[in-house]
Amino acid sequence: MKDVTLVNLPESIDEVDLLLKRGGYISNRALSTAVYLALKIQRPLFLEGEAGVGKTELAKVLSEMLDRDLLRLQCYEGLDVASAVYEWNYPRQMLAIRLAEASGKTKEAELSQDIYGSDYLIKRPLLLALETHTAGSPVLLIDELDRTDEPFEAYLLEVLSENQITIPEVGTIRANQPPLVVITSNRTREIHDALKRRCLYHWLDYPSVTREREILKAKVPDAGEILSAQVVSFVQQLRGYELFKPPGIAETIDWTNALLTLNRSELDTVTIEETLGAVLKYQDDIVKVRDGLAEETLQMPKVVLK
Amino acid sequence: MTDAAEAEAFPLNIMHFARILRFAGLPLGSGKIITAIKALQFIDISRRDDFYWGLYSVFVERHSQSELFRIAFDHFWRSADSANANPMSTIDTIKDEAKVHHKDPLPQRLSAAFASDYLSDLKTNKDPEIVHDATETWSSEERLKVMDFDSMTVEEFRQARRLIGKLKLPIKAIPTRRFRRRKGGRRIDMRATLRGMVRDAGAIDLRRKQRVVRHPPLVVLCDVSGSMQSYSRMLLYFLHAVTNARDRVCTFVFGTRLTNITHQLTHRDPDESLKRVGLAVKDWSGGTRIGHALGDFNRLWSRRVLSQGAVVMLITDGLDRDGGEGLVKEMERLQRSCRRLIWLNPLLRYDRFQPKSAGIRAMLPFVDDFKPVHNLSSLEDLATAFSRLNAGALWPGNAEVPRC
Repeated sequence: MKDVTLVNLPESIDEVDLLLKRGGYISNRALSTAVYLALKIQRPLFLEGEAGVGKTELAKVLSEMLDRDLLRLQCYEGLDVASAVYEWNYPRQMLAIRLAEASGKTKEAELSQDIYGSDYLIKRPLLLALETHTAGSPVLLIDELDRTDEPFEAYLLEVLSENQITIPEVGTIRANQPPLVVITSNRTREIHDALKRRCLYHWLDYPSVTREREILKAKVPDAGEILSAQVVSFVQQLRGYELFKPPGIAETIDWTNALLTLNRSELDTVTIEETLGAVLKYQDDIVKVRDGLAEETLQMPKVVLK
Repeated sequence: MTDAAEAEAFPLNIMHFARILRFAGLPLGSGKIITAIKALQFIDISRRDDFYWGLYSVFVERHSQSELFRIAFDHFWRSADSANANPMSTIDTIKDEAKVHHKDPLPQRLSAAFASDYLSDLKTNKDPEIVHDATETWSSEERLKVMDFDSMTVEEFRQARRLIGKLKLPIKAIPTRRFRRRKGGRRIDMRATLRGMVRDAGAIDLRRKQRVVRHPPLVVLCDVSGSMQSYSRMLLYFLHAVTNARDRVCTFVFGTRLTNITHQLTHRDPDESLKRVGLAVKDWSGGTRIGHALGDFNRLWSRRVLSQGAVVMLITDGLDRDGGEGLVKEMERLQRSCRRLIWLNPLLRYDRFQPKSAGIRAMLPFVDDFKPVHNLSSLEDLATAFSRLNAGALWPGNAEVPRC
């Protein structure tokens, strides 16, 4: 059996900072404040930002550091109750009805009590999140909510504001302890205000140079000082270069890993060109950066170590 | 100030601040104010950044509101960074300070909020002399030309209503992944069937369901440059009608720059909508830089509004000041990011149209449907033109909607 002593929730913004840092997630004051408040006043945390700035990662680290289960609901267009909340096990129900028939039990009330029991219910992440967990309420990650459609958003309203789910055949299921909800969105469309109103909002921006260096240090500890400084400086330059898809932190980490694999300890134009595919994922962008390097509108990062 | 007075003033100030934000357009209900006060109990409000981000996470709902929030915060809680005051000073002090210090010019909406009667009423000694001039703002410096549209005549209004009734956009509904119970549907609704079996003691009566079909989102990019001037008023009424008649419509206009006018068009009254558009758009009847505008759209908006298989309708005459420079690249990207790209060209007054201008030649290879529209002089014409567009041609190879 799992140890049931709960990890205490952080008691201040600084503690949130520390907690995340121990999990390898370098936060900033703004984000930590939002996380702290979300934990404290038990509101879902709505994280919006470009792809690859660490929205999903935050939920993962939170669940790990607080020692809670992570329930992840990946959204997609057409996501429905059957795959997000619950579904009845139809084949089993069918069999049960047939069996009941064979044994002469045909009273409607009895039968419906039988086949709508918990044995026949297949639980999906949202329903699981509302159940009582011995290890404390779980972290519920609703990932990329913008990919789903409005009807599902509307459904989420009940779950998020009341912490309850209504199953017509059974009744209303209510959580004793509300889960820690993290919702992420890449803003490929605007999420309805009614849903946002129930959440604490935070826009995750690209990190500052210092923070990105720290992140890189935590994530790719093997990378040398010079290399990581150059990578960060170049990536920061790219973000101001009007690209179709500027690189996120995820790309910075990927790129550094790629460079390490190739045993590079410093950046040069040739290396950049060869490994550009780890940073930029659109052909137009790659061409633009190549041209920029050739014409020297993009500078090779010069790094002076203190 | 005594502690007790401070404790009383503080929630009030939060409320005043929220009301200012609300006046400036942030959708803040009283629920949010209560949440904010609750949240701030857990925060050391003497730390300005904690206080800031705490309020931010409650009051701000979208990234675009961040800037407005920042300026409002800086003005309202200005006293908080001087040594002798704190977030608990009275509303009078805060307001006076907000007026005296004028480092950043306030955006129009905020300056109106600060100057609104609501706050003046609260002041003990009224000071009518200090009134923010709402006309002198940052945006007015940039405005190249403000459009003043004639309001709709009664006849036009009637026409518009009629237009909406019969308007059929040339866009077919597409199947979604959702189902609705329906007799004769192609799929079996197991849930309903089983419920029936329980009721009827095991007799199997198959219930059916069918896919729900739905219009894809529509994105309209409309040219309002000089060469399109004679159409812009009518087109805007048309866009207003379309934006309000359907869900998931996003509307942009462009001349030398791109402006998202979806929000302005959602006002129910068409004249009020156009007035707002007139103020929001800064490049009326100037030159056209189609490539530049499309580039902005691709970079800043395409991922946000084209994600769910949107159809793009481009309304322009294709006359480009930049001579089609950069247009090929942007058109190519645009076509690849949307379900279907329809080009509606209203400037073809004569029948023997030949694509001579560089802009038109650059754009033509990348549109899925090229729809020249002749003789546009009224909304009626536009509606007729739309109805004539052949909807069947909008599926590749004239195929039927996939069977569901």
